[in-house]
Amino acid sequence: MTTDRAPAPPARAWRRSVLVVVLVVALVVLTLVAAGTGQLHVPPDEVLGSVLHRLGLDVGPLPAHPLGEQALWTIRFPRVLMAVLVGAALATGGAVLQGVFGNPLADPGIVGVSSGAAVGACLVIVAGWTFAGPWTSALLAFVGGLAATLLVYLTARAGGRTEVVTLVLTGVAVNAVGGAAVAFLTFLGDTQAREQIVFWQLGSLNGTRWVYVAVVAPLVLVGVAAAVVMSHRLDLLALGERPARHLGVDVERLRLGAVVVVAVLTAAAVAFCGVIGFVGLVVPHLVRMVVGPAHAVLVPASALGGAVLLVGADLVARTAVPYADLPIGMLTALVGGPFFFWLIRRTRRSAGGWA
Amino acid sequence: MSVLRAEGARVAYGPHVVLDGVDLAVDAGEVVALVGPNGAGKSTLLAVLGGDPRPDAGRVLLDGTDLRDHGLGHLARRRAVMLQETHLSFPFRVEQVVHMGRHPWRGTADEQHDDAVVAAAMADAEVGHLAQRTVPTLSGGERARTSFARTLAQRAPVLLLDEPTAALDVRHQEALLARVRRAADQGAAVVVVLHDLTLAAAWADRVVVLAAGRVRADGTPADVLTSALLTSVYEHPVDVWHRPPRVPGAPPEIVVLPVRAPSPPVVPEETP
Repeated sequence: MTTDRAPAPPARAWRRSVLVVVLVVALVVLTLVAAGTGQLHVPPDEVLGSVLHRLGLDVGPLPAHPLGEQALWTIRFPRVLMAVLVGAALATGGAVLQGVFGNPLADPGIVGVSSGAAVGACLVIVAGWTFAGPWTSALLAFVGGLAATLLVYLTARAGGRTEVVTLVLTGVAVNAVGGAAVAFLTFLGDTQAREQIVFWQLGSLNGTRWVYVAVVAPLVLVGVAAAVVMSHRLDLLALGERPARHLGVDVERLRLGAVVVVAVLTAAAVAFCGVIGFVGLVVPHLVRMVVGPAHAVLVPASALGGAVLLVGADLVARTAVPYADLPIGMLTALVGGPFFFWLIRRTRRSAGGWA
Repeated sequence: MSVLRAEGARVAYGPHVVLDGVDLAVDAGEVVALVGPNGAGKSTLLAVLGGDPRPDAGRVLLDGTDLRDHGLGHLARRRAVMLQETHLSFPFRVEQVVHMGRHPWRGTADEQHDDAVVAAAMADAEVGHLAQRTVPTLSGGERARTSFARTLAQRAPVLLLDEPTAALDVRHQEALLARVRRAADQGAAVVVVLHDLTLAAAWADRVVVLAAGRVRADGTPADVLTSALLTSVYEHPVDVWHRPPRVPGAPPEIVVLPVRAPSPPVVPEETP
């Protein structure tokens, strides 16, 4: 077999292209369908027409219903766009975290990032802070998430190294404290704040407004871009810390940078939409099964896949039960929980345990 | 001037001293074999020579400059390290892993040769036919050869190899050390930890014997690999034989074998 040329073999490159094309097509179609679905139905071609007209292209039909245009642009589009952003953020965050810990079972929820971010966002709800306008909860979620991650990272570190098992166990401890803090805030809050916290913890994209999208979008874009930039170095981390360092990677700095990126992405996802678990676990894993573990492909493909998953999940959440908006966090956990179980079993079998 | 030089290197983990004032100098074009019993500090010395961990006392100089004053990227272009364990968190393919060895050259003019260098490294380590296999599906020896190919792909003039032949069969042991020999002949400085003393005698210019964290001997294989020294160091009787060379006029080949006393007869245990 000659391997002089072609860094990626034809079969793999082919799979990669197919995956990206399929995900992009799925995202576009799902977005059009999701935006048109609801109490006021708008057919996909009219949704597309509405978007194209706004972009200045006189192509396609406009919504036939008199309120169609308004429903699309004030309620549906911000919500669907938020689903795209949050899904991309969660899946990218998961992919980066798994790369940093060299473990396919790492997830912002497991290591304690989500928990810390939740404490920050709940604090905003209970205290009623608005000092940074719509950015307040995102800011506090970021601070909380970063604090939690740094705490895990620093306490799990000994002699400049981080062991995965110690790190995950420290994550368990941080999660417990974060859970206690949220419980305390729930206890402190008035009835309205309590209700808000409870529903926020279930995770929902209900009531998304353009202002929220404007806050989340830049965070997600920056986070995903940073993840793509560090993707090549994340590959080397798979060799282990010492070999990575021998190859010129400043492992400590890379890990710290990755932790900040994960905190940004998690904060963006959590700030307005609450806790939506398992997306960061499921999506990168499935992508890895199709195109392999190289982060240069994994990270952007996960972002796309996360977006597709969440737009789909939100569509189900809105339409599964008539006139009811199911919590999306409940849906993702319902599917993600058994998947996690299967993943643990599979990892145990193939790697003889997880450590 | 030596390319790589350790001066009074000392490493201790708590009260346990692993390396105690080790001096070692390696020149370009030289293969130095590090040998010694388990726990002698071979791997630690190799790691210290690679810059990680840093010695508690003493220093390591690469090209006359203290290792800690070299940038990580520069260091990675100057020296390559092959560790004993070949860990991989995700199922990368062999070719991808060997490509990782090119990381230090990203953004440099040499980057354009990446594919050719990787292909050559895989051919040298005889893993070309495994290029598209994922590493977790490989045998131990195949993994070690993949790791060796990655180390070669780094194209560094200083090679530090920790028991590269431990998992290899006879043919691949010879092939690997022949490749290492060739690297040295082209100007590389090589330090290789070996357990097989016959192998060390055959391929190394110099053999350094470590015992209890100190250098016990440092010299040519013929000078160092003597029955008396090895018997003392390994705490087991060791014979050194000289086999006539295959090529007339060459020095005799050194064969090192442990002395095997006939085991005492097994006395059946009395059963009540």
